[in-house]
Formats: sequence, C-alpha cells, structure tokens
Amino acid sequence: MKISISQSLAKLILLFGFLFQFLSIPVFSQDRELLGAGATFPYVLYSKMFDAYYKQTNVKVNYQSIGSGGGIRQLKEKTVDFGASDAFLSDEQLREFDSPVLHIPTCLGAVVITYNLPGNPQLKLTPDVIADIFLGKIKKWNDPRITNLNPGINLPNLNITVVHRSDGSGTTFVFTDYLSKVSNEWAQKVGRGTSVAWPVGLGGKGNEGVTGLVKQIPGAVGYVELIYAKQNKLPQALVKNKSGKFINPELSSISAAGKTKIPDDTRISITDTDAEDGYPISSFTWILVYKEQNYKGRSLERAKQLVKLLWWIVHEGQAYTEPLDYAKLPGEVVKKAEKIIKSITYNGKPVYQEVGIK
Amino acid sequence: MQSYTFRIAKSKIISVILTLVTLVSTIPFLLVLYFIVKNGISVINWEFITHLPTPVGEPGGGILNALVGTVILIFIALILSVPFGVLVGIFLAEKSGSKISFFVRMMSEILQGVPSIVVGIIAYLWVVKPMGHFSALSGGVALGIMMLPVIIKSTEEILKLIPVEIKEASLALGVPYYKTILRVMLPAGLSGILSGILAGIARIAGETAPLLFTAFGNPFLNFNILKPISAMSLLIFNYAISPYEDWWAKAWGASCILVFFVLTLNVITRIISSRK
Amino acid sequence: MASQFIKKLELNKDKIFNLLLVSSAFSLLILGVGIFLSLLNASSLALKKFGFSFFSGSEWDPVSEEFGALPFIYGTILTSLISLLISLPFSLAIIIVLGEYFKKGIFAEILRYLTELIAGVPSVVLGFWGLFFLVPIMREIEIKLGVTPYGVGILTASIILAFMILPYSASIGKDAMRLVPNELKEAAFALGATRWEMIKKVMIPYARSGIIAGVILSLGRALGETMAVTMVIGNYHGIPENIFSPGNTIASIIANEFTEATGEVYLSSLMYLGLTLFLITTIVNLIGRLILKRLQH
Repeated sequence: MKISISQSLAKLILLFGFLFQFLSIPVFSQDRELLGAGATFPYVLYSKMFDAYYKQTNVKVNYQSIGSGGGIRQLKEKTVDFGASDAFLSDEQLREFDSPVLHIPTCLGAVVITYNLPGNPQLKLTPDVIADIFLGKIKKWNDPRITNLNPGINLPNLNITVVHRSDGSGTTFVFTDYLSKVSNEWAQKVGRGTSVAWPVGLGGKGNEGVTGLVKQIPGAVGYVELIYAKQNKLPQALVKNKSGKFINPELSSISAAGKTKIPDDTRISITDTDAEDGYPISSFTWILVYKEQNYKGRSLERAKQLVKLLWWIVHEGQAYTEPLDYAKLPGEVVKKAEKIIKSITYNGKPVYQEVGIK
Repeated sequence: MQSYTFRIAKSKIISVILTLVTLVSTIPFLLVLYFIVKNGISVINWEFITHLPTPVGEPGGGILNALVGTVILIFIALILSVPFGVLVGIFLAEKSGSKISFFVRMMSEILQGVPSIVVGIIAYLWVVKPMGHFSALSGGVALGIMMLPVIIKSTEEILKLIPVEIKEASLALGVPYYKTILRVMLPAGLSGILSGILAGIARIAGETAPLLFTAFGNPFLNFNILKPISAMSLLIFNYAISPYEDWWAKAWGASCILVFFVLTLNVITRIISSRK
Repeated sequence: MASQFIKKLELNKDKIFNLLLVSSAFSLLILGVGIFLSLLNASSLALKKFGFSFFSGSEWDPVSEEFGALPFIYGTILTSLISLLISLPFSLAIIIVLGEYFKKGIFAEILRYLTELIAGVPSVVLGFWGLFFLVPIMREIEIKLGVTPYGVGILTASIILAFMILPYSASIGKDAMRLVPNELKEAAFALGATRWEMIKKVMIPYARSGIIAGVILSLGRALGETMAVTMVIGNYHGIPENIFSPGNTIASIIANEFTEATGEVYLSSLMYLGLTLFLITTIVNLIGRLILKRLQH
C-alpha cells in the first residue's frame, strides 16, 4: 500500500516535471519567434512574406489577422510584438499609449467597391452615389442615379444589399475616411473609424467574410481590399477621382495615389487623392511597434529580431508585393521607413547598429 | 363518445405520425454527416495530417499545427480539471447532505450552463492579461473550466452508485478513510469517472468560442504552452469564413476528422454509461 | 511505538484528505463567484457610464462611444424563442416515441443515437455546414417570398439553434416519461384507455414538469450558443425588422468584436454584455434545475 502511494506520488512529480519542461522551453527559444496581430488586408502578403522569412532565417513570425482595431489594442496591451493596421493612429489615440508608437509602412492597398450582379459588368460610380448607397438612400440597382452613370449596361430591378465589416478594421477606416471626405452627410451621420454604426446592411467578419457574403448574395455590394476581389474574381467598380477621371483600381493607379507629399512619420491619409491618375480609395498599411523596445521584460534579442524583420520587410520583402496584387512602397517612402526603423531603441540606444544595418 | 375501434385507430395513427416526426428530426444530423463526409473525406490524406499549412494560393499543406494544438489544449485542460473535479465530486458524494454541498452542487450546475464565450472572456481576464500574451495555457484554462462540471457530476454520480456496504466493510477492516476513498471507492467507480472524462473531452474538443481570444492560433508547430497555439476548431472557423475554395476544402477535411473524433467519444461514453 | 506513529500519520492523512476535499469544494465556489466578480469589475466602466439604460439603448456606435444592448438582447431572445418553437413539436414527438413506444431494442437505440448525437457536433462545424447548405436554401426561399435574399439572418440562426437544442429537451423529457410508474399506466389501460389516451391523460401530465425543465434547459443552451450563430446570423447592429433580417446576439457580438475593441468604454461594454449573458443563462439554468430537482424528490 505504502509503496503504491509513493509510486503515485512519484508519478505526479514526474507529471509536474513534464509540465515544467514545457515551461522551461521558452528560455532558449522565445527569441526565434515573433508574434503580430492586426489588419486582415495585408494578411495574404504577410503570410507569404513570413513563410519566406522563416525559410531564410528560421525565425517564426506568427501573424493573426484579427482586424486593425484588434492589432491596435493588442499592441496597447503589449500582448504582441507588433500590431498591424490599415489606419494610422490619430494624435488622440497615440496619447492613449504609455510609450511612443512608430508607424512603418509596408505596402499600399486599395479598397474596391465590389458587387454581385448578373453578368458582373464593370460599373462606373461617383463619390456621391457610393455614399448614398452605403447610407441606404439608393435602394435599387436600377436607380436612375446609377443607370445614368452606366449607359449601355442593363441594370436589374434588384434590391441593393450593403455588406460591411462586422469587426473593427482598417479597411473600414480607409473606406469611411474616404466617404467622410466626399460626403458631408456621411461625415455628420456616421463618421470615420475602424468600426462605425452602419446605417444599413449586414456584416461579414474580415475581408474574407465580406467577400464571402457578396459572392453569395445576388444584388450585394461591399467594400474589400483589391486583392480579395481579384482572387475571387469579383467585379470592381471604376471610381471617379478628384480630377474627374473614372479610375480602375490597379497597381499603377494605387501607387500613383501615393505620389503626394508624405510626412516623416508616414501618418497620412491618401484617400480622395489629388494625384491625377490616382485611385481615390487607396491607403498605406502599417506595422506598429513601440519606439522603446525594453518594456515588460523584453529581451534585447527580441528587439533585434523585430528590427531585422522590419528592415527585411521594407527591402527584400517588397519583392513579394506585386505578384500578390499589392502595390510596392515608392522609393521615397522606403527611405522614410528606414529612418523610422533606425529610431527604434532598446534602453534608449538604437537597435539597428547591433544587427548590422548601416 | 367515439367508438372504441375509432379510438384504437386514432391511437395507432398518432403513434405512426409521431414515429415519422421523430424520424424526420434525425434528418439534420444525417445531412450534416453526409455533407461533411462528402466534402471532407477526399481532402484527408497523409500529407494533410502531417504537414503545416502553406500560404494562401500555394497547393498542398496540411493541418498538423491544429491537430497538435488540439491535443495539447485537451491535455492541459485534463491536467487542470480532472484532479480538481474528482475531488469536488468526492466531496459532493461524501457530504451530500450538508449545506455547503448544496451550494457547491448549484455552483457546478451554474458552471455547466455558462456560455462558452463567457468562459473565453474569463480566461482572457485571468490568464492572458496578467501574463501579457496569448498562450495555449490560457486556452487550456478556458477548456478546463468547461470540462470541470462534467467531471464533477460523473464522479459524484458513480460514487453514489457504489453500495455503501463496500465502503463500510473497508472502514470496518481498519482501512483509513482517505485510503478507503482512494483505493476502494475510486477504483470501483473508475469506469464512470473515465466516461466522465471522455464526455468532458467530447464537450471541449470542438469548442471555438473560448479559444478565439486565448489560444489565438499559430501557423507554425508549437509545443510551448506559453505560446499561442492553433486548434482544429479555430482553423475550421478561420478557413470556413475565408473566400478561398482551397481553404474551404481544408476546413471540410478538418471538420471530418474533428466530428468523427467527437462522435466516437460520445458513442463510447454512452456505451460505458448504459452498462452501468 | 512505530505502529502508533503510523496510526497517527494515517489519522493525519485523513485530516489532510478531508481538508483537501473541503478546500477543493470551496475553490469551486470561489471559481464561480470569481467569474461573476471579474465580469462585474471588467464592466464597471460601462456600468457607470450607461447604468441600466444600457439595456434600452439601441445605438451601438464605437465612433461616438455610445453603446446600447437592446438590439442584441432582442436578437438573443428572438433566436432562442424561435428555435424553441421550431424544436418543440419534434421534441415532443421524440419524448413520446422514445419514452413510451420504443424503450428498448435495437431500433430504440439507433433512434436515440440519431436524435442525440447532433449535440456532439461542434458548433463551429454546424455553422460551417449552415453557411454552405442552409444559407443557400434560405436564400432560395427568400427570393420566392420576395424579401431581400440575405440567406443569413435571424431565422437561419434559429433553425441551426433548433437542431442544437433539440437533443437536450428531448432526452430530459424522455427520461421523465420513463419515470412514470407502470401501475399508473396499467390503471389507465384497465379503465379502457387507448395507448394515446393513456399518454395524453396520464404520462404527459405526470412527466410535465420534467418536460418543461428540459425545454427551459434547452433555452439556456440557445441563449449562450456562440459560433454557429455568429456564422449565420448576419452580424447587423440594428434591431432586425423581421425574422429574415440579419441581426446579432449577445454572444455573437462578443465573438465578433472582443479582440478588436479599441476604446476602454467599448471593451467594457462588451464585458457588460458578457455579464448580462452570464446572469441570464444562470437564472434560466437554475430554474430548469430546480424543476428537475423537485421531480426527483
């Protein structure tokens, strides 16, 4: 009897030993891994980039696309190494962080208006029509305001079903930022934000969710990132820009939208761009990190891995953008990004020199 | 008054109708099974269960990260909930009349009914926030809380079924109380406790909501319980709402594996408990 | 000497063992109370800001930080009640068939498995199936009816919920029916009742409280069900116009927005929703259990 009890005790200790072994692994492995979370828009690019990065450097980057709002909050709560967002933080938002946050642009993207109509013709839309569709004021596809813009296209007498994001999202920010710039009514009634109180429509989770719903519902209209529309062979509307041209969302017109004056911290909205050939619903997407990397007991090694990764993303990583329908960073912006990455510190000392970046 | 033959006929007709309605009510289950098998079985192959996912659009790849993740999460949940649950179960069986046991039993029933999403919030507040990062451990805690009432209940019930004479005989022979419980009663009730554990695993194996903001997901293989980890259910959710047909197919394959695992557990538990 | 020592040790072990039992029982109580207190604490900001007007507000606007839970409470109650309504006739049929017509034998066993096992299918898988099987069917129906063919919506979610809760009410009700004493049944037959009359006049009244308890407990499941509902309800923040409209339940909005909520008030409001859901389901479950307990004594 006695022996068997001590035996079971030994088993228990063994079990706990086993558990502690699990716990002890991080000591020598945690710096080969980085965790990021946020925007769904660059998810496809990031998953490709990080897969390639793992093969080159053996560093695992776990990126979960939980939405830009989530990325911002998880960075604030310091549960991740970096957040990712399609919306830059406002001055007010930045003040909510207890330590300065840097924005590193990684690529450009565009929000496209996509729809599900018989034959999926390519529609032309003007800013006011887009705003009124999403305000619920234009209810039918054969509304004269749509048909007048699209002579020769036979639009059905079909209800318009608006599909929007159900989660906090940078895509939503870019889109509502655009609508707020072009429509006073939108700016007053709804405003801009990563999630807003939608006047009409139903919500899908993620770019994926919205794409899925638009694909499934005849008469649906939604806004998604270009790549999601392209990969799913959904139609994209031409949108009239500030200079009066109807612009097709494509890599060249998106890059063109970025050819304006960029501030040093890269926090700029390029929606409703002045650029003549620029697609008006374009935006940078950013990775967000803390400027001072020594927080919550982080190791210098982890900070170094992060700086290396960021440097790689704005240089070698850019090669993965265009094959996946993301627009490359313009050279001028890469220079600005370099400067920002170099300003990352650990205990007040720049990290970049320690990883061999000049 | 209706004639007797009419009443008999009416009774017969009603019994036929009710049986038909019962048969109809099994259709959704059969449909779900058919759909999952039809879409999932062709996806499952050796590569599917031994490889990690590939980036979107690249062929091949599997769900190894999720399979391993689910196993680890279940393992953590078991470690946390089985000893605790069995002890509470013994308490309830042994002190069934007392005032505390009334409240403890009620609490166990309350826990049984707590929606899984609320359990997820709790694990986030208790584990993720203090630790400062997402982890398999936090997911295991959430699943452990969900499993606890099942284990408490099955332990209590099986111990109550054991004839009191066995316990009295052991005590009369001078075997100390704790030994009587641990060496006589528990072994006698082992099959019941085991079926409770299996039922508990069946309850949590497919849970998604408590993992959304705890285990978080991970495209790489992870054995470290302090790191985010993937799970079958998380993978199915993420792939199901994606727009990629390739990912849908993988979600069907994963569903197929998960459903058969859970259903097998359910059937085994039922067979064990019907033998009681 | 040595034997005395061992005896003492054993006694002490008894004490330790007892202490272990009692402390784990108390830990369980602490766990439960802790869940409540944690939720209360996490929602304190929203509690202070909105108080009880949280439940009457129908705005859910993260931009202006105005949060009201009415649409989600409405959606939760609506989906739960509709799913009960759909499942009830089937539940009653199963209760009678398995509680009286087929109590033993292979056919009874197969039927029991087929009606109960759907409860074992993970919620996320049912939601996935619903998205690809049920939603297109609902869309066809909605096109025929001339309403906006969302496919997803309150009714779709309710149907999936009905599948999920049916096994609970059916199996508890069936157990109650099987508890009806044979003497009573035989007495009814002896008085010349047909089988159906006996079921209607004797068994159902006798098992009534058990059947009701089963229905209430299945309601508790429906109120808190998350994944399947989140996937097919449409995630619309307003009050649904009709049963085909998209909506949201308390559980689905938490699942959708928890990781994304940026503002403190926003997060706290989601916690407040979690607290509400916890209290509602707890009350419903306790009522159900209470009725069941009465039945057993």
